[in-house]
Amino acid sequence: MSFQLICFYAFAAITVGAALAVIAVRNPVHAALCLVLTFFSTACTWLLADAEFLAIMLVLVYVGAVMVLFLFVVMMLNLDLDPLREGFVRALPVGLAVAVVMLVEMLALIGVRTLQVAPPADPAVTAHLSNVRWLATALFSNYMLPFEVAALILTVAIVAAIPLVLRRRSDVRLQDPARQVRVQARDRLRIVKMAAVKAAAKPESTTP
Amino acid sequence: MNWIIDAYHWCATNFPTLTMAISLLLFPLLPVIIAVAMYVWWERKIIGWMHVRMGPNKVGPFGLAQTFADVFKLLFKEIVYPTSANKKLFLLAPLWALVPSLAAWAVIPIGPHQAWSDANAGLLFLLAMTSMGVYGIILAGWASNSRYAMLGAMRSAAQVVSYEIAMGFSLVGVLVLAGSLNLSEIVNAQAGRFGLFSWFWLPLLPMFVIYFVSGVAETNRSPFDVAEGESEIVAGFHVEYAGAPFAVFFLTEYANMILISFLAPILFLGGWLSPFPASWGILGAPGWWWLIAKAFFFATVYLWFRASFPRYRYDQIMRLGWKVFIPIALAWVFVAGCLKYAGLAGADV
Repeated sequence: MSFQLICFYAFAAITVGAALAVIAVRNPVHAALCLVLTFFSTACTWLLADAEFLAIMLVLVYVGAVMVLFLFVVMMLNLDLDPLREGFVRALPVGLAVAVVMLVEMLALIGVRTLQVAPPADPAVTAHLSNVRWLATALFSNYMLPFEVAALILTVAIVAAIPLVLRRRSDVRLQDPARQVRVQARDRLRIVKMAAVKAAAKPESTTP
Repeated sequence: MNWIIDAYHWCATNFPTLTMAISLLLFPLLPVIIAVAMYVWWERKIIGWMHVRMGPNKVGPFGLAQTFADVFKLLFKEIVYPTSANKKLFLLAPLWALVPSLAAWAVIPIGPHQAWSDANAGLLFLLAMTSMGVYGIILAGWASNSRYAMLGAMRSAAQVVSYEIAMGFSLVGVLVLAGSLNLSEIVNAQAGRFGLFSWFWLPLLPMFVIYFVSGVAETNRSPFDVAEGESEIVAGFHVEYAGAPFAVFFLTEYANMILISFLAPILFLGGWLSPFPASWGILGAPGWWWLIAKAFFFATVYLWFRASFPRYRYDQIMRLGWKVFIPIALAWVFVAGCLKYAGLAGADV
């Protein structure tokens, strides 16, 4: 067994264990952290498969950004999971059905891969390019249209999400930084020229 | 002394992989930790001078051992757990902040392809690691079970996530011009005909500014240190920490500052390249000392910021990140693309 294979089994075991913990632990914050661990060890298995770009992107986007916000929401809401667990039995058949479909799909995928006489060689290696460069070339030349369509869909999703949460409040006092910057000293402060006046000599303290 | 070397040889002959792994881990870490100690001393000294004070001057020559004295003081202090804090996460938080900030050093080159990991996706790795650090802060805030800590964590998370976008875009400009994600290749791409003026700071001047200011915001340093704003929330996310865990947070913050100070020259100021023409002999030769000198400059600028600027108001921080930096960086990605296409800047100019 090579060192890479040992690493793969270790990371895969951590992935599976962490994924199970996500749905098993009672504390929602712990569950979110287990999800982070799942993502991270998945990224490690991808690294072992020479997919360094995808692996680092998984960490950067999902661990570094999405899960931070997710964890944050979980912390702020202070979720109580027990009421959520009450529907467990009722939702079980649906969950099982989805799980079976996913299992069949995965098995089909593995079956197709094993039916191929030899797995296709890593295209990045055959082209003598780094993983990132090969992926970029493929994405921005052969798959330009699908890439642009995906970008457009995501933009539409962002634009759609903003009006959903946008609410205009009329009772808040907002500052306009441009106006603040434009303010001149003479708008705020009036300097009055006065002739110097000699103060009258004070009488020696007569009052206490 | 000899028995240490003998023990090392014994380990190296019997467990070569393990020894290799441990020394690979230790070698980048020890210099970083020593550098952090020196940096803290330098900060206190330089801010002292700016305030017309002496700074630390009692422990050791010029007060150099002051930081070590402080570290040992912290290590021997009791770790106080707040009431009903989540103890496991309370202890995990500082480690979760520290480990990514040290792991990021793996890809920092000090010479052409002289890095612990000369990874092709080095820049992405750096971004991924620095984006992991925010977990430490959020977890510290939540696990402390303190309102001040939670407020500090909230501020910090929003700030770090926002400025990461601006920072990411400014790095896009660099990699458009360099045509590579490998940090050594990025520096090599800056070695052009015009010496100092071929470096990326000139074609990417707005991005250079955005990068460094975002870097200051990412490390939660003054003037962006609302995450620990003493006047409002005492010390922010680490208000409940004492002793060794606090020392770990301290170490993380300064290691991150040094990391940003190293990255700014690598990405924009030609890394180990010399600012002088090659005909100037030793002054014109590239070398690690140039990188260290440039990094030292940025590290000092950090301290200068701290002594000079008042703290930003929170809504102004958000406005600066989202409404100023991100649009400028987005526009400059386009400009960088045009410059590269026209052959005015980039790897072969």
